[in-house]
Amino acid sequence: MAEKTLMYGNHALVEGAIYAGCRFFAGYPITPQNEIPEYMSIRMNEVGGVFLQTESELAAINMLFGAAAAGARAMTSSSSPGISLMQEGLSYIAGADIPVLVVNVVRGGPGLGNIAPAQSDYFQSVKSGGHGDYHTIVLAPNSAQEMFEFPRLAFELAEKYRNPALILADGLLGQMMEPVEIKGEPIDPKSLPEQDWWLTGCKGRERRVVRSYDLRPGKLEEWNWRRWKKYQEILNNEQRWEEIKIDDAEVIVVAYGTSARVAEAGVRMAREKGIKAGLLRPITLWPFPAKIISELSKKVEDFLVVEMSLGQMIEDVRLAVEGKARIHFIGHPGGGLPTGPEIYNKIIEIRSKK
Amino acid sequence: MKLLFGRPAGLTEIKQRYCPGCGHGIVHRIIGELLVEMNIREKAIGIAPVGCSVFADEYFNCDMIQVPHGRAPAVATGIKRTRPDCVVFTYQGDGDLAAIGTAETIHAAARNENITIIFINNAIYGMTGGQLAPTTLPGMRSTTSVKGRDVVKQGYPIKVCELLNALDGPFYLERVAVDTPKNIIKTKKAIKTAFQYQLENKGFSLIEVLSMCPTGWGVTPIQAKKWIAEVMAKYYPLGEFRNRAKEVK
Ligand SMILES: Cc1ncc(C[n+]2csc(CCOP(=O)(O)OP(=O)(O)O)c2C)c(N)n1
Ligand code: SF4
Repeated sequence: MAEKTLMYGNHALVEGAIYAGCRFFAGYPITPQNEIPEYMSIRMNEVGGVFLQTESELAAINMLFGAAAAGARAMTSSSSPGISLMQEGLSYIAGADIPVLVVNVVRGGPGLGNIAPAQSDYFQSVKSGGHGDYHTIVLAPNSAQEMFEFPRLAFELAEKYRNPALILADGLLGQMMEPVEIKGEPIDPKSLPEQDWWLTGCKGRERRVVRSYDLRPGKLEEWNWRRWKKYQEILNNEQRWEEIKIDDAEVIVVAYGTSARVAEAGVRMAREKGIKAGLLRPITLWPFPAKIISELSKKVEDFLVVEMSLGQMIEDVRLAVEGKARIHFIGHPGGGLPTGPEIYNKIIEIRSKK
Repeated sequence: MKLLFGRPAGLTEIKQRYCPGCGHGIVHRIIGELLVEMNIREKAIGIAPVGCSVFADEYFNCDMIQVPHGRAPAVATGIKRTRPDCVVFTYQGDGDLAAIGTAETIHAAARNENITIIFINNAIYGMTGGQLAPTTLPGMRSTTSVKGRDVVKQGYPIKVCELLNALDGPFYLERVAVDTPKNIIKTKKAIKTAFQYQLENKGFSLIEVLSMCPTGWGVTPIQAKKWIAEVMAKYYPLGEFRNRAKEVK
């Protein structure tokens, strides 16, 4: 068996990003993700990368815009209020088709809210939090291992589609310690081939322009339809999820990240009592794994959505189910965690009312 | 036939959209000439703002990026840190740089980021139709100060060179104007010096250019030039504010 190291989720994410060839980090402190910039400042120094503590999240995301346009694998991390400030830059980055990685270690909101783990930024993440028609690829890890692995996946998807990618975690995932297996070969960013849109100075070639605007009549519509095609491709090819005991399930719990870890306990308790419960964990929140949920809704009567919010992902579940099954909900808005027994009890309640 | 005067190769063939008598065209020409004369066109990355010069990404014949309102110094930082061998310059208006982008400007200067900022001060928001800018002079009319800027209600203008000169960070700060041929030559010299310092890794330069906006000011081009000399340059004195290359060691 491969060797494992005990790591904080936030540190695993830093190691994963550097392993993936990230050599540019810009960010601004906010709890509960401060371990990321702090550890980044040390690690970037060691690997000869760039670390910048910025004056604001606005500056950070715009530095990413520049760095990524110039060919760097660039990332930032923040938490909810900071991510709100980054939406302007994200819209421009999406409009200019530039790949970057943004990590949101979500806390309770709205407003200053609190610093407890939450999942209340789902809408902002998957529906495009900034202005204009665009989408961000969104990955939801549920362990320190995935905190290590997802930066690489995020960069690969971002670059494949020339689109910003987001990792949606929370304070619990960031601050708990778990064994992590360092997998795969580290990427040397110098080995990445130059792309035909990188800004490098126009020596020996035509000049290049990175922009998000087109004022010529009809042109922006053309651009945006082209982008829509890209989004369709992502929707078709990149839906990712994990399934636990769903083959014969009569109730399927749908939950991501921290909620999904708790939901697994609830499902296990139900199974011990002979109740056919299963878990479907979306790994990509955009593209949302609608195909599998739509399939399942043809034979499963009840879906239970568990979220650390007032209920946001539940809308995507509802869309995927298209009225073919009943949908139930457990929500903890404002930093509370669901528990295994709570989910178990809800499953019992759902099945007894049937 | 020998060509004595033509479009510099640092500018593209695209026809510029600036109004007659506008200062943007002059500064564009200066930068276009310097890109070639200093042999930096092929390693330059220019940053186009929001404002009348948004289309600068079409005009400069080098790699270009168009960025959000005011954020050019942050984007420039990301580019320069990624490609330290490139010459990175931003081209920004006063609304862009001194209103929405104040923080980005001050902090890039405080970091002594090795970039060049060309700051066009025309004392007004040109593109959006002549509203009050952070640089609009006391008493000066705009579409949102129709009786003239009232400093009691609208506060005082921001003098960017003076403001940045309070910081330890910046390497070179100079205010110039493009109202007369003599001043245009000085402007070119200042921008050239700024590029040179960047090539020498000296750090942050900002060249503030007092520039005509006859359309926004509601005057003729000739009157606009006169106004710069008679009014604007009195409020915003021309000259070098900081040049650390000249400081005695
Ligand atoms: C976030 C944001 N706010 C407002 C605008 C609208 N806007 C476009 S240009 C401009 C003013 C630009 O003025 P200045 O920077 O002085 O440049 P000029 O047009 O005078 O050359 C404004 C407010 C915008 N594009 N983005
Ligand atoms: S509005 Fe003013 S700044 Fe804009 S192009 Fe016309 S003269 Fe120049």
